[in-house]
Amino acid sequence: MATFKEFRNNVKPNWCPGCGDFSVQAAIQRAAANVGLEPEGLAVVSGIGCSGRISGYINAYGFHGIHGRALPIAQGVKLANRELTVIASGGDGDGFAIGMGHTVHAIRRNLDITYIVMDNQIYGLTKGQTSPRSAAGFKTKSTPEGSIETSLSPLEIALSAGATFVAQSFSSDLKQLTLLIEEAIKHKGFSFINVFSPCVTFNKVNTYDWFKENIVNLDQFPDYDPTNRVAAMNKIMETNGMLTGLIYQDKTRKCYEDLIPGFAQEALAKQSLDITREQFDNLLAEFK
Amino acid sequence: MEDRGSARGGRRKYGPHFSTALNRLGYYLYGYRHFSSRIKGGHTNNKIRISTKPIRAISDDLDILVAFDQESIDLNSHELRPGGVVVADAKFNPTLPDGVDARLFAVPITAIAEELGTSLMKNMVASGASWALLGLPLEVFNKAVEEEFGRKGPAIVEKNVEAVKRGAEYVLELAGGPLEEFRLEPADGRQKLFMIGNEAIGLGAIVAGCRIMSAYPITPASEIMEYLIKKLPKFGGTVIQTEDEIAAATMAIGAGYAGVRAMTASAGPGLSLMMESIGLSGMTETPLVIVDTQRGGPSTGLPTKQEQSDLNAMVYGTHGEIPKLVIAPASIEDCFYDTIEAFNMAEKYQVPVIVMTDLQLSLGKQSCEMLDYEKIPIERGKLVKDAPPLEPNELFKRYEFTEDGVSPRVLPGEKYGLHHVTGVEHDEAGRPSENAQNRQKMMDKRLKKLKGVYIREAIRVDAPHEAPDLLMIGMGSTGGTIDEARQRLAADGVTSNHVTVRQIHPFPADLLLPYLKSAKRIVVLENNATAQLAAQIKLHCGFADNIRSILKYDGTPFLPSEVYKACKELN
Ligand SMILES: Cc1ncc(C[n+]2csc(CCOP(=O)(O)OP(=O)(O)O)c2C)c(N)n1
Ligand code: SF4
Ligand SMILES: [Mg+2]
Repeated sequence: MATFKEFRNNVKPNWCPGCGDFSVQAAIQRAAANVGLEPEGLAVVSGIGCSGRISGYINAYGFHGIHGRALPIAQGVKLANRELTVIASGGDGDGFAIGMGHTVHAIRRNLDITYIVMDNQIYGLTKGQTSPRSAAGFKTKSTPEGSIETSLSPLEIALSAGATFVAQSFSSDLKQLTLLIEEAIKHKGFSFINVFSPCVTFNKVNTYDWFKENIVNLDQFPDYDPTNRVAAMNKIMETNGMLTGLIYQDKTRKCYEDLIPGFAQEALAKQSLDITREQFDNLLAEFK
Repeated sequence: MEDRGSARGGRRKYGPHFSTALNRLGYYLYGYRHFSSRIKGGHTNNKIRISTKPIRAISDDLDILVAFDQESIDLNSHELRPGGVVVADAKFNPTLPDGVDARLFAVPITAIAEELGTSLMKNMVASGASWALLGLPLEVFNKAVEEEFGRKGPAIVEKNVEAVKRGAEYVLELAGGPLEEFRLEPADGRQKLFMIGNEAIGLGAIVAGCRIMSAYPITPASEIMEYLIKKLPKFGGTVIQTEDEIAAATMAIGAGYAGVRAMTASAGPGLSLMMESIGLSGMTETPLVIVDTQRGGPSTGLPTKQEQSDLNAMVYGTHGEIPKLVIAPASIEDCFYDTIEAFNMAEKYQVPVIVMTDLQLSLGKQSCEMLDYEKIPIERGKLVKDAPPLEPNELFKRYEFTEDGVSPRVLPGEKYGLHHVTGVEHDEAGRPSENAQNRQKMMDKRLKKLKGVYIREAIRVDAPHEAPDLLMIGMGSTGGTIDEARQRLAADGVTSNHVTVRQIHPFPADLLLPYLKSAKRIVVLENNATAQLAAQIKLHCGFADNIRSILKYDGTPFLPSEVYKACKELN
């Protein structure tokens, strides 16, 4: 069995010192080892952004795609080889602005993949513009007078899109984050984890300290029932989305792959490409 | 031969049994559907041309017009040739417009159908009437009807057969027997297929081993998706209807990366959305097959009409510079074989391949010679299985510099194949790199992959003359029309050669050159307004002074007479 060190490679991340994304990377590596994966059995697909670089920093099959499209690429990988563990990841702009259409549809489609968003409430790579997660009034390069749009709530959206696994965490809480990623990988269906991952360079408001002060950790509520969708929605609204932990999980729904008619358990990529003469003749019959 | 009516009455296609029966008799058929993007309402018609010899074009005029309303007669009777025939439903008291030289047979189509129980059988009555006028044997028709309705029980079959018979009897009595001038010579009886280009593409994809299609519906591409939705599950595969064409293309890229042959299909608007994905496929050297069934553009344009105006988008689309193959099938057979080849090329050269059709090729139902599923063997190029162990921390050189530019490819899951894939410029293992030397080498490596690469029959040549008066050049569905125009020109003593360009990009300049050189005048035919194919020829081969364009962009395919006339008027 691989240890978390085997999920490390020798590529030096180009993230700023102190960037939250370092811990997200570490948590993925630990979780992968903890659930017993081998590097060759893991595919990490990422979008474009500072966060999108993550697929290059994990020793696994990594695919760094285009801005906002990590999810469709990841779903294609999973359909082609369902024996792989597939993790898609990227930034808040990647997943909730340019890629939002894919995010809601991937959620409702429910393929068995894990989606981790590194949410820093800003566009890091392009040097500090407003993101769909930036709060109203937030001043950035693109909103010098303060943002006049409200921030969107990915957790509410995920729930209403029919998510079967919704969690949120904070990159400083490596223990909780690792555990949640493990649960997400084990979940048979689409798992969505939004991670507060501070940008120390461009976001001077949503800092580590700010998160520490504002976060409500669900681990402190032993009675909280993550199988109750209504309660989950209430909790998100009550806390204004500032909660961490496993928020909702539905283990009863089948994943997409299991619902495709005639879809084998074996990876499609391993199946023969050939068809027989008899199969071909049958295909021709309707055109005669 | 044509049947016409408005879409409102559910009269959307002439019964399939009519053409199935003709196909079984061995006739060559060529269909053309005129429809509008409104689902209900709007005039529709369905033309079918019948011949004992191969035909690949619509005809200038009609012999028989079958009409279910007066509007159809009013709109279309001018297309009848002198002495043509109109078979119309007596129910609306049909009349011929002034000046139309035709015979009108008013058959109580609705009345007979209703008498037999349902007006749904109008089709049958009308088909029976037309069949009888052509002097064809009813048994073959009845057999096709039997197969079509057999599942619904003998009573239904019997009723339909009766409808055919009554239609036939009624019209024969009016006409005094089959019409001698329309009597068809017996056909060769050889087994042929009758299908649309989109079905041939779907079939080709299955034979090629494509097992995932991700697509978003659009006219005129949707039939490919619909065909594969029915068939792929039988081969362990699946079709996924995505949220948009960006998802469709990138999902196919993900599947291709993970080792499954995957495709998407769309038309102009979808192609526009896929541009960034095409670049990703090119940069990451991930196989991708896209079908673009061209329709009238720009924007929503003429969504149900013929055009060939996406050529530039396919050749030049996506930012930066990547190797990319654009293939243009020119027949139903091509749709099948080229699709198989597209998948081979995409894997062998690890590039995006665009299969370009046009609406008439995608949707016109035509005769097709028997297909051979073994003619083009599956080739997967440098796909590595069981790669040897790597040193600790060493990555698989997925983008290794090689002689031909094509690097070994491993699939995720492979024990010793770990590497990184990125649309960012990268080194041999896929790690991002901004090194200037590496950048240049990588660009050269990618771009040389398709140097001198040709598909089978990159140009198709019919060159009976050493120094013809005309060299006619076309692509896609226009070949049959060009050939008919050439026959008429030959009768006037004008000699011509014909080249169909089937590989649009990289442009097969050296193959085309000798034919350009030998012709006195070069004519390029295309369904667009800006002569996009001619521009490619001029760019890659020259001859600008000697090239003339015949362009049509009103939404309808070329007619042989139009091409003939335009050629006569050339300067
Ligand atoms: C189609 C396209 N538009 C714009 C960009 C430029 N771009 C790259 S990353 C990015 C946003 C990054 O923000 P986010 O997704 O939140 O990631 P972060 O850098 O904050 O981790 C933008 C706008 C691009 N690469 N592609
Ligand atoms: S700019 Fe912000 S998000 Fe990007 S690496 Fe630096 S700290 Fe991280
Ligand atoms: Mg961000």
